Amino acid sequence: MIEDIPLSHILIVSTLIFFTGVYGFLTRKNMITMLISVELVLNAVNINFVAIDRYLYSERLEGHFFALFVIGIAAAEAAVAIAIFINLYRNIRSIDVDEVTEMKY
Amino acid sequence: MSVTSRKLLRAAIFLLFVLIGVAIFFLVLDYMFLAAVQVVVYMGGILVLFIFSILLTSHLNEKLQVVKPVEIIIAALVSLIGASVVLSVITNHRFNPVVADSPEITVAEIGTQLLSYGKYGYVLPFEVISILLLAAMVAAIVIAKREKKPES
Repeated sequence: MIEDIPLSHILIVSTLIFFTGVYGFLTRKNMITMLISVELVLNAVNINFVAIDRYLYSERLEGHFFALFVIGIAAAEAAVAIAIFINLYRNIRSIDVDEVTEMKY
Repeated sequence: MSVTSRKLLRAAIFLLFVLIGVAIFFLVLDYMFLAAVQVVVYMGGILVLFIFSILLTSHLNEKLQVVKPVEIIIAALVSLIGASVVLSVITNHRFNPVVADSPEITVAEIGTQLLSYGKYGYVLPFEVISILLLAAMVAAIVIAKREKKPES
């Protein structure tokens, strides 16, 4: 099945996902949507790890484990970030980046 | 669309479709276990967290504020330039894929390699990740806990 798909096509798709995430991170103001963009970036990187591992170094599963660890770290990061957002919202009733300036100085 | 939709819940649902697509990629590449982990952790855990926090922190029909067109243009320029650079590198580079004839990775194999401490063993990062997850759990509970306010 995967003999039909060249590696570069998968890399192109992951590049597009990555830069969609970058665009979202730069344009969004709400913190939750920024976190969603970060998840997009992490997923693109995961696709790259797995695809290159499968196509070029398929005997040792290194990319596989790395993608596994990235998924674990992403879960931890999302949990902590959402806890912070909920606490922020409770304190200043907003989670837009422009309005969260209390800890600035 | 996950980054342009102005309703928060719709953005989260579009993220769900992206995650399903990534899981299908893993399936196509013969990594069944990774696809299962992707489905369970992302769709079962992270996406539910996102939807919960969206519902907690905003009203349902609230629209996000519009960003300034200058910022949109700058961000689009940055991402388009980056994408074109990376795409040109990818399309010009010649990979020589050595597709092994279906290694057939079993879950038992993954488990033994994850816990072995010899060459290509991953027991150290495994333990580090477990400690990190524990710390993140404790931190999330501590941060989100409501402090007792004095009655006024």
